[in-house]
Amino acid sequence: MQNPEFNFSRRDVLAGSAASAVVAITPGAQAQTGNPAPNVASRPIPVAFDVNGKAVHLDLDTRTTLLDALREHLHLTGTKKGCDHGQCGACTVLVNGVRINSCLTLAVMHENDRITTIEGLGTPESLHPMQAAFIKHDGFQCGYCTPGQICSAVAVLDEIKAGIPSHVSADILADFKPTNEEMRERMSGNICRCGAYSNIADAMAEVAESST
Amino acid sequence: MRAFTYERAGSPQEAAAKAKRTPGAKFIAGGTNLLDLMKLEIESPQHLIDVNGLGLDRIERTADGGLRIGALVRNTALAADLNVRRDYGVLSRALLAGASGQLRNKATTAGNLLQRTRCPYFYDTNQPCNKRSPGSGCSAIGGVTRQLGVVGVSDACIATHPSDMAVAMRALDAKVDTVNAEGKSRSIPISELHRLPFSSPHIDTTLASGEFITSVTLPKPVGGKQIYRKVRDRASYAFALVSVAAIVRPDGGGRFTVGGVAPKPWRVEKAEAELGKGPKAFVNALLADAKPTKDNAFKIALVERTVAAVMNEARQK
Repeated sequence: MQNPEFNFSRRDVLAGSAASAVVAITPGAQAQTGNPAPNVASRPIPVAFDVNGKAVHLDLDTRTTLLDALREHLHLTGTKKGCDHGQCGACTVLVNGVRINSCLTLAVMHENDRITTIEGLGTPESLHPMQAAFIKHDGFQCGYCTPGQICSAVAVLDEIKAGIPSHVSADILADFKPTNEEMRERMSGNICRCGAYSNIADAMAEVAESST
Repeated sequence: MRAFTYERAGSPQEAAAKAKRTPGAKFIAGGTNLLDLMKLEIESPQHLIDVNGLGLDRIERTADGGLRIGALVRNTALAADLNVRRDYGVLSRALLAGASGQLRNKATTAGNLLQRTRCPYFYDTNQPCNKRSPGSGCSAIGGVTRQLGVVGVSDACIATHPSDMAVAMRALDAKVDTVNAEGKSRSIPISELHRLPFSSPHIDTTLASGEFITSVTLPKPVGGKQIYRKVRDRASYAFALVSVAAIVRPDGGGRFTVGGVAPKPWRVEKAEAELGKGPKAFVNALLADAKPTKDNAFKIALVERTVAAVMNEARQK
């Protein structure tokens, strides 16, 4: 795909500009703002967790979110930063098997946790069934929200199996079925600007059916 | 985000003592609201005390047949708990009507109670807001007020409390159990946890400095039909314009708490005596002191119609 004369990808360029932006935010630069930060030393502190089956040890500024630890420190750029405020779901990962917004949690709060990102669900050679179903059903257009959608979709089917009710469950004491209405409600924390929702629900329905 | 130091708490009392003696300290549990506000520098704690390791994540029966919910029980776990689903259905329903799956997996019981308002002027750091910056003024009054409060508000603030869970807990007469910096415990009726703004809207609750919520206790089940009905601009993942948590007895009486209209879950026990006369009489009593704006006066009618819908549902259920 790449022209050999321009042997860098769009991702390299973006990663490069992100790195420069990080360099620009030095303590000196912060002190020049009109409202000085309280006199708090922001020493990096150590944190150890497991990402996609590999033990990871990092020394991190306390402010580093789990999302930034994954992307900027571990270079696992499959997990995306959309809104960075927990509204879009692009940053969804699994922590100890449970889906959360990685932008709204600090990396240092995840000592000893087991984190699974899109890179840990499947590989191009060996796709997770949900990844294969997203491709088959065209569950995306631009693809930016897709890693979060897939992590969320995998967890939603687990939540239904585990007997967790939803807002649209008619009887919260009954068993819950992966109906189209259930999946749409349970996926409401993942926004897709391309509007691939119908195809995402189709992909999830196929995986739900094949795993029962 | 402003720099802060970080530690993991060893016990609830230690966390309370540390929070009281450390300037600018805050507890962090789920973090879904606090970190959002820290990114916007609406909150800028100098020290975070991580309370996630305290083991307060169990739901247990109490001696008198009620339920004690650990402060760190996640919203998903609470909504899915079999005892809660069977005996306190209004609580399950309220939780499931709030936020998204990802947020419910992380948000805690105590954190949900202590979340801050979603008033757009509280979030807009370019505008005055008495809740964010005491004494700066209220931009909401005279501004865009469609989503904001109609009752219990003051000349200094018309923000609402955004929780669904708390509305159900108010109908259930929950108590909020705390420990303070000196190790003393107390139990606060949920009706007394959130305070009205008056002239000091920056203080959301009646908790003392460092006081730490350890659990929420529900009294033994009261029976009746339990219903949570939420009216919002989207079918999912949106805050309430109006919500109603109800426990309806066979005779049509019962407990009705309203969300989305006030700085706290809005319940007036005296007004419940009017339930037999129908939704209009009840809502007239419930919202007797309402001071709506031109743009949110519709909430009065919406409360009445939502209460009527809940009464109908209770008759048919």
